[in-house]
Amino acid sequence: MAKLNRRHFIAAAGAAAAAMPLLGGKALAQEKVKVGFIFLGPIGDYGWTWAHNKGREAVDAALGDKVETIYVENVAEDASAIPVIRDLAQQGCKLIFTTSYGYMDQTIEVAKEFPDVKFEHCTGFKRADNVATYNSKFHEGRAVLGTIAGKMSKTGVLGYLGSYKVPEVVLGVNAFTLAAQKQNPAATVKLVMIDSWFDPPKEAAATETLINLGCDIVTTHTDSPAALQILEQKGLYGFGQGADMSSFAPNAHLTAIEDIWGPYYIERAQAIVDGTWASADTWDGFKEGTVVISPYNKAVPADVVALADAVQAGYKDGTYDIFTGPIYDQEGTLRVKEGEIMPLADLAVIDWFVKGVESAA
Amino acid sequence: MSMDFIIAAIITVVGISTPILLAGLGELVVEKSGVLNLGVEGMMLLGAIGGFGGSVMASMYGLGPLAPWIGVLTGALAGMLGALLFGFFALTLNSNQVATGLALTIFGTGLSSLIGVSFVGRIIPQFGSIFPPELARDPILKLFFGYSPIVYFALVMVFAVGWFLRSTRAGLILRAVGENDLSAHSIGYSVVRVRYAAVAFGGAMAGIGGAYFSMVITPMWAERMTAGRGWIALALVVFAGWRAGRLLAGAYFFGVLMALELYAKAAGFSILPSQFWAAMPYLMTVVVLTLISMRDRVGLNAPACLGKPFLPAT
Amino acid sequence: MRLKLEKRQQPSKLMQVVTPIASVLLTMLVGVVVFDLIGIDGQRAVVDIFLTPLLASYKWQDVAVKAAPLVIIALGLSIGNRANVWNIGAEGQYIIGALCAAGIGIAAGTAGGPIVIVSMILAGIVGGSAWAAVPAALKTRFGVNEILSSLMLTYVALQVLSYLVGGPWKDPNGRNFPATAPLLPDQTLPILFPGTTIHLGVAIALVLPFVFWLLMSRSVFGYQIRVVGAAPNAARHGGFDGNETVWLAMLIGGGMAGLAGALEFAGALKAINLGFPSGYGFTAIIVSFLGRLHPIGCLIAGIVLAVTYVGGQVAQTTVHIPNSTAGIFQAMMLFFILASDILVRYRVRLVPSTKAAPQPAAGE
Repeated sequence: MAKLNRRHFIAAAGAAAAAMPLLGGKALAQEKVKVGFIFLGPIGDYGWTWAHNKGREAVDAALGDKVETIYVENVAEDASAIPVIRDLAQQGCKLIFTTSYGYMDQTIEVAKEFPDVKFEHCTGFKRADNVATYNSKFHEGRAVLGTIAGKMSKTGVLGYLGSYKVPEVVLGVNAFTLAAQKQNPAATVKLVMIDSWFDPPKEAAATETLINLGCDIVTTHTDSPAALQILEQKGLYGFGQGADMSSFAPNAHLTAIEDIWGPYYIERAQAIVDGTWASADTWDGFKEGTVVISPYNKAVPADVVALADAVQAGYKDGTYDIFTGPIYDQEGTLRVKEGEIMPLADLAVIDWFVKGVESAA
Repeated sequence: MSMDFIIAAIITVVGISTPILLAGLGELVVEKSGVLNLGVEGMMLLGAIGGFGGSVMASMYGLGPLAPWIGVLTGALAGMLGALLFGFFALTLNSNQVATGLALTIFGTGLSSLIGVSFVGRIIPQFGSIFPPELARDPILKLFFGYSPIVYFALVMVFAVGWFLRSTRAGLILRAVGENDLSAHSIGYSVVRVRYAAVAFGGAMAGIGGAYFSMVITPMWAERMTAGRGWIALALVVFAGWRAGRLLAGAYFFGVLMALELYAKAAGFSILPSQFWAAMPYLMTVVVLTLISMRDRVGLNAPACLGKPFLPAT
Repeated sequence: MRLKLEKRQQPSKLMQVVTPIASVLLTMLVGVVVFDLIGIDGQRAVVDIFLTPLLASYKWQDVAVKAAPLVIIALGLSIGNRANVWNIGAEGQYIIGALCAAGIGIAAGTAGGPIVIVSMILAGIVGGSAWAAVPAALKTRFGVNEILSSLMLTYVALQVLSYLVGGPWKDPNGRNFPATAPLLPDQTLPILFPGTTIHLGVAIALVLPFVFWLLMSRSVFGYQIRVVGAAPNAARHGGFDGNETVWLAMLIGGGMAGLAGALEFAGALKAINLGFPSGYGFTAIIVSFLGRLHPIGCLIAGIVLAVTYVGGQVAQTTVHIPNSTAGIFQAMMLFFILASDILVRYRVRLVPSTKAAPQPAAGE
């Protein structure tokens, strides 16, 4: 799209705004700033979308007198997301969070049409004057899980149920493996990618497979509690993903990485109210409260709890980073030298696994 | 490879295979009666939410230990209601079966999502073992005694359906209706009634297959949780050449294919891309379908009236 | 009393037009009742799904872009459905068509312009036809049921897509996410009205129905299709080859699906990811029937279905029903239109039932 078209875009947006009363005339009369959310799954998925919706509710609770939130759930990550995002802008939202990687190009596309509306895209890397990106350092949480798994595993063989070989998952696998090896240098991680974020029957079968190949603790990077339910049946251990899933597996659920988006959403909504919003790339973790570890299961011994808490504390005061050298890749090549820490820019594009990860690709 | 390893792998395969076996058995009977119901995926989803919802309700009313059994019944009922909807249009009103079946799948997907909204995140009581725990937990005997009751039900149904079609009078009539509806009609059988019964049975079986997902494999409700297994069940019927015994073998064969992909990945090697494994059941079905069609027409098992509307001269 | 069906001499022209409209209205009515019963504001849901996209002018472009692939695929399928050739693998042909177009786009590198765009469109048509040629060949050579084979191949196509976008065709700058690199601006279809998303494919979808109409009503081919569908035996006597009809119907159906895939890729999406298959190939079967297998009917029906898609999204924000709920409405429309076929072919009379012959006024 050439710059020449920009004026037409604005004209189109203006025309759209004029057509607004047909849909939500009432909304125009209100003084509150509207903030919109695009969700990938249903808000009751007890995973990714559930966590983002908790963040939205936190905005309502904190800024309810100044801000009004609306949301759309079950938005597919294809072109059909464009009209949904546009719809929120046309309904008068001043700030729109698009909460999955697959909305990246669509967000950029719609943002061109609405220069006065601010957009925030989760986990992506394309930005514009009115498009910011934000992400969570989930891998910091994976380091805690790896610490627990490395210490508690009897076989030293751990399972990792992944979706796709994208940086977020690669970081998770590597952080989990490195942390486990700190507790048990011989620990290995068997990795299965199921080529889907959500396929409960396949997640269940893959978990059984990992167990049969000797894994006694399995962690998941897919969105359903299916793996935990299998682990519960087998009397083994695992971790929740995105939210506390202990209700699905009270014995197997050692702890979970909870995604806490509330503080960030409140900060950004406040910036809109104050008129100080600016495009940025934010990548928060334990320190900012975006990554939180659920209460530990009774089955986690006190010494393991202490180790896990130490990792969290280290991240909070900046003294701990799992991606500190020496780090070797699967082929045994030294990738990070002794004492060096991988910079964030390298983490964001990582596509290799560390030594000790057994994977097909 | 140790004994334990093989036993665990077999148990995984049985788990993967059971729902497509159940739905496939139902569809087999439906197709034998000359009807092609492409709504299996929709009926499975209705069964999944029906079974899960039924269990939740039953345990809410304090029927704890009975809840899973009630869930199987409500799952079967939900699948059957979907099938009867199909029957009303395709059999009573003689609408196009292909289009009606597709509509049923779209309908079942939508309706299950809508109903399911209020069941997300709920938990349900589980089936206990029907065998003494010493047998069900024994490291070797669990291969025979360690499954959910639905698995045994599916196996019993393989023989029941095979026997019914081969050796009973009702089965003979059903096949006659599927082979030549007009002559079955002319000697006094109600083609529509027989087909209604077959379609209802198919819906109930698909419903139980769907309930197996939401109640046994992963006891929870999630939108579209059957993830396309209904279409595999359709392929399976063709792959099995419309025979119950081969359907059992075919279901376990498809299960082995799926398990192989996962084992290869977890063991750290991949011979072929995983997509190749995923496409295998469908490719092989096309191959088998072609082989069946190439063979002498006398030995053909495909019902002659499959998918064709019943239009008696009036 | 019971219902008696009397076969009409001629299919009712009036009913052919009235029943699709009645089906849509009946769907809306049943929708209000059913949604109210399960505790959702039914009136609001139905208004949002069926009317808001038509009333709010800024929704029109969404409807147009959504309708284009549905109309194009349905046109091709109608030919087959008329000739009793059941291609239900349009979804797979749509996917393969788009992949072929994407292959051209990748091969073109940074080159753009009309030649690249036209090549992509042609590749889409060829790819879709080729995928449909498999069931056609199996049907004509070995008598393989085309319903089953075309359906199976759809699931193979899904895996081909998953393999390509996650493997050899993965965007090198895409951080390993399974998707192709987006097309460059001069590789995409031109936008018809600046400032909108209405691309060239929409115009093609608008023109094609009239081309098909001419083809079906004026050409020998159109006559052949109609005769083969209506009376296969008579057609054989008339010198029309059944196998030839199967081939034509499958190739046209596949070609149109492939065209739709290529246009959707080059016009609307610009990249292919795992979310690309959105069920258009299956929904187009509904469109084809709702449009009474008539080219102009397909155009109108495609717009109606597109409205429910766009409206379904509106209803998501307003009454918070899941995305797939729009599917309930689409399925209901199809159920009703299929059921109402009976009104086209038969006259429905209330007659005294044989048992209760003496009291015709009683009962239903």
